[in-house]
Amino acid sequence: MTSPAPADLITINVDGKDVSVPKGTNVIEAAAKVGVDVPHYCYHPKLTVVGNCRMCLVEMGMPAVDPATKAPVIDPATGKQKINWMPRPVIGCATNASPGLHIRTTTQLVKDCREGVMEFLLVNHPLDCPICDQAGECKLQEQATGYGRGYSRYIEDKNVKPKRTVLGPRVTLDDERCILCSRCIRFSKEIAKDDVLGFIDRGSTSTLTCFPGKQLANNYSLNTVDICPVGALTSTDFRFKMRVWFLKQTNSIDTETSVGANTIVWSREGQIYRITPRQNDFVNDTWMADSGRILYKHVRSEDRLLATRVSGKEASLSEAVSKAATLISENTSHVRLVASGKNTVEEQFLIKQLADQIGTKASLVSRIGEGDTILVSKDKNPNVRGALVTGLINELPSQKLDLLSSEIDSGKVKVVISFNEDLTLAGLNPSQLAKVKVIYIGTHQNKTSDAAEVVIPSLTVFEKSGTFINQQFRIQKFLLAVPGPSGVVDDLVILTHLLTALTKSAPQATQAAGILAHTWTQIASRVPSLAHVSFSSLPEVGALIDSSAFQKLPFVETQTLHFKPAV
Amino acid sequence: MPEQRRIIFKHIDQAGYTNDLACYQKHGGYETLKAAVLRKPEELIEEVKKSGLRGRGGAGFSCGLKWSLLDRKSGKPIYLIVNADESEPGTFKDRYIIHQDPHQLIEGMMITCFANNVKQAYIYIRGEFPIGARILEQAIAEAKKANFVGNNILGTNYSCDIFVHRGAGAYICGEETGLIESIEGKRPYPRIKPPYFPAVLGLYQCPTIVNNVETLCHVKHIVSMGGDTYSKIGTPGNTGTRILCVSGHVKRPGYYEFEVGKITLGELLNDVCGGPLPGRTFKAVIPGGSSAKILRFGERFKGKRKVGAEMQDYDWGLEDLPMDFDSLAMVGSMAGSGGVIVMDDSVSMVEALANINSFYAHESCGQCTPCREGSLWMKRITSRMVLGGARAEDGALLKNVADQIAGRTICAFGEACSWPTQSFVLKFGDEFKQYAEKSKDLAAAKETTPLV
Amino acid sequence: MNLSENTVKQIEEVITHYPVKRSAALPLLHLVQEDQGYISQDAIAWIAAKLELQPINVYELVTFYPMFRQKPIGKRHIKVCRTLSCALMGGYKTCAEFEAQFKTKRGETSEDGAVTIEFVECLASCGTAPVVLIDDTLHENVDCAKARALSDQIKAELKKS
Repeated sequence: MTSPAPADLITINVDGKDVSVPKGTNVIEAAAKVGVDVPHYCYHPKLTVVGNCRMCLVEMGMPAVDPATKAPVIDPATGKQKINWMPRPVIGCATNASPGLHIRTTTQLVKDCREGVMEFLLVNHPLDCPICDQAGECKLQEQATGYGRGYSRYIEDKNVKPKRTVLGPRVTLDDERCILCSRCIRFSKEIAKDDVLGFIDRGSTSTLTCFPGKQLANNYSLNTVDICPVGALTSTDFRFKMRVWFLKQTNSIDTETSVGANTIVWSREGQIYRITPRQNDFVNDTWMADSGRILYKHVRSEDRLLATRVSGKEASLSEAVSKAATLISENTSHVRLVASGKNTVEEQFLIKQLADQIGTKASLVSRIGEGDTILVSKDKNPNVRGALVTGLINELPSQKLDLLSSEIDSGKVKVVISFNEDLTLAGLNPSQLAKVKVIYIGTHQNKTSDAAEVVIPSLTVFEKSGTFINQQFRIQKFLLAVPGPSGVVDDLVILTHLLTALTKSAPQATQAAGILAHTWTQIASRVPSLAHVSFSSLPEVGALIDSSAFQKLPFVETQTLHFKPAV
Repeated sequence: MPEQRRIIFKHIDQAGYTNDLACYQKHGGYETLKAAVLRKPEELIEEVKKSGLRGRGGAGFSCGLKWSLLDRKSGKPIYLIVNADESEPGTFKDRYIIHQDPHQLIEGMMITCFANNVKQAYIYIRGEFPIGARILEQAIAEAKKANFVGNNILGTNYSCDIFVHRGAGAYICGEETGLIESIEGKRPYPRIKPPYFPAVLGLYQCPTIVNNVETLCHVKHIVSMGGDTYSKIGTPGNTGTRILCVSGHVKRPGYYEFEVGKITLGELLNDVCGGPLPGRTFKAVIPGGSSAKILRFGERFKGKRKVGAEMQDYDWGLEDLPMDFDSLAMVGSMAGSGGVIVMDDSVSMVEALANINSFYAHESCGQCTPCREGSLWMKRITSRMVLGGARAEDGALLKNVADQIAGRTICAFGEACSWPTQSFVLKFGDEFKQYAEKSKDLAAAKETTPLV
Repeated sequence: MNLSENTVKQIEEVITHYPVKRSAALPLLHLVQEDQGYISQDAIAWIAAKLELQPINVYELVTFYPMFRQKPIGKRHIKVCRTLSCALMGGYKTCAEFEAQFKTKRGETSEDGAVTIEFVECLASCGTAPVVLIDDTLHENVDCAKARALSDQIKAELKKS
């Protein structure tokens, strides 16, 4: 006898197991909660239900009551209330929990239904597995193995359809593999709000396509590739590049904007092959923008900084740090610090320490652009809020560093430290850069790094671990996916070296992981809104932190998925 | 020989009867509507309930019950859609009502609209009836002028208009939710039920009644003579009259209106339709449109059935089958849309099935897996058989494929496309097994009529 | 879009029959096809714009319903029924007769553009099988002899025009 569920939950029974779920939960979701897998194709938790694949057919029954007295009818064999099982199976995706609902998934009927649907799906499906990208993450393969009969009785010819349609700049379509589940059509219409996909013709010759002249080109087109259960919709960038079972998956965060969409970075032997969204029902559901997926290409771009330099000549890290420390201490009160909205929370915390040590304030450079209403916000910096929370800055940054510019002109500034920001994009010109000594710590070559006296290469988000605070003031963590280039060290290591050189005190840790852990103990004790946060136990969906101190700031972001700006 | 009782088809092919308003009124038309609008709508619904009227489109669902399921509480406008898509192979009755007696339909519609507080009515007419569509539009215009349709009908404060909406050649638009999707301007994919029952979430997600043309004509007569009187026509549970459409290998194919259950299949085919063609014998009959399960001459049905208050034995050959909903369902087929297709001994059942399977594969909308792939698979099997590649096990394979479709689909098309295959193979299994060898004999023996 | 004034008028009127514009898609496709003879890509885009839809929404319909064609057809349209009752009474032979008379295969238009022959599904007149729809007119009991007669009639009418 199970205890009654909390008042607002409904208890149903799946394969003999009771499960209590909120109103409106369908059978697929409810069954998953008690470890019962209900196979499906067309159902997707974030899209409308259409019920057309018929793979989630299950048996449904309701408790028997006497029609006159409403008293429960007891089955003499079991002593329990008799369940009237419906002779016709029902689809789990469209059956919502109702009191007393009983579901069976292990009967012969359900087995027959699944074998039947699997056989039908494979009847016109091309035997492309050896050349199909989806292999290894293909729902058809998985469910055929798990629920199919194992052989087909089909000996007729198969349908022939267009096999490599370029649907848009990033998506290639193989119509023969399509199982007509319509997930992509529903996504384009309901989420991306770009109703550009549809089925033409009829019956088994139905074909997915765009209207001639139109393309699947919106900034969310690759999500259709993610949700396509088979290898029909493929990423043109990823096509034929790598078998997915060789790829390692690492949790990361998209740095394109302050939305902080959760991602998975797929890599093998230190090389990244693709990025896909990671489900976070509080931030990005199961989606991300196409423009954020290509950011991994920067890791191996031609302009990546690989060598530490002092005065234009290659040097060792300790030489560079030493030179930087010398420049700083020789020019006290004439040093300025430019940090970045792309720095992690941990980096920003240490940069604050550095700024305090130097006796100066840090600036950030803002990056505002066009956003949309889905997952691209107007703030192209992923972590301005990290700088606010750590106290690195007190106000929102501006696009031009006017104060710095005038201070350089007036000769007040002799040394500028830049963390990954090209100052010529922030209003400074190369002649101004020539007037000062620049210490550049960043990932890619630009006019500022060219003009720098000291260049220390650092790591991209894919090569280190850390946290960002997104527009919701949610702190989210990302993990190291691939090692950085040989000889390039973690930003936290660089900062620790600098601080050590300036304070002349021994560091608590010298490797990135150790520094990260040590920095967090410091953060927890010194930053009130992060007092209860721990890096290691931060949940995968992140955690909202207290943002009341920043309520009055004029943030630029407007409404996107799961985000409403404070009025 | 039983006499026809022409209530709906009273004026069809009658000399001198024309499809204009004047002629209709000369024969007493619209008097029932005039009386109906003076009554309470609930009373009219009660008449239809009492009458026991069952839908004449194919499902035979109680019309009164269908109306009572309408959601009248939501405050949303209520729609009536007339299913004039008549596409079930073997059926040809609504065609005559539309072309020759359209006002009977309109009067039945308006009574229905008034009774159910319908805001707007649409007639969905199949695209292949272009002249019928024009006739209907003309009739509606006439009726509007005479204040039977449109604003403030017959001086009441009830208003309701009718628009004709033409289909474009898709059988699936005869399925009520496919029809609704078609009127909404989308691909006619039937909706999943639950939750999209038309009575609650129909056209534009509003409560909707979808009724067949003939059914609505019956409504007029029910209201005219009273539900009780109507219920005494026909047989209990199978009241009123039905139009039987006989086609295929009989001497006198055509339409015939009889009281439901008061004529047997034998009387219909032998007496009314004159029996088989010269030199031939009856072999098989599909009693309710091509979706209905086939019956084999020589089959016998035995059992007990309820007649009045008692259980009675029955022991029937095909000839003894009463042509009513319950009897036909009892022997494993259905009354359906009344399309009686007769095949004689010149027909190869494999080829007949190939013809039918082609139809269903062509008409499948393609939305759900079993029907989309299964209907095409079955067609490919029977086509291959007919074209010379038959194997002895193909009959069993056809049955297995069909069994995987029925009961697993979004709409009744799944049953419609699998019942023919299941019943043909069940009743003529030997023919399927021996087709490969026999087909050479058949072709050589006589000049056969190709069905594929 | 070079639609006649009458067609445009009818289009505007039919849109008012529905509370949701999209519903007018089928009526508009019929009107445009009657006016132009077929539905072009331009017509699809035009109808979509008129009903505030995406072109794909209209394209989906044009390809679903067999009565809509994306290419012009012959001057006369011959539709022979192929479904069971008509087939039992000789429908396939009737179709073959028309094909022979006009030297055209089913589904195609004759070389001189005179006729298009289609083998269509049940036309709901099974009692008078085999049936043939020529343009808008239904012809009943069309055996091979009647098919020849109808073909002769069509050829004569085409000569006159």
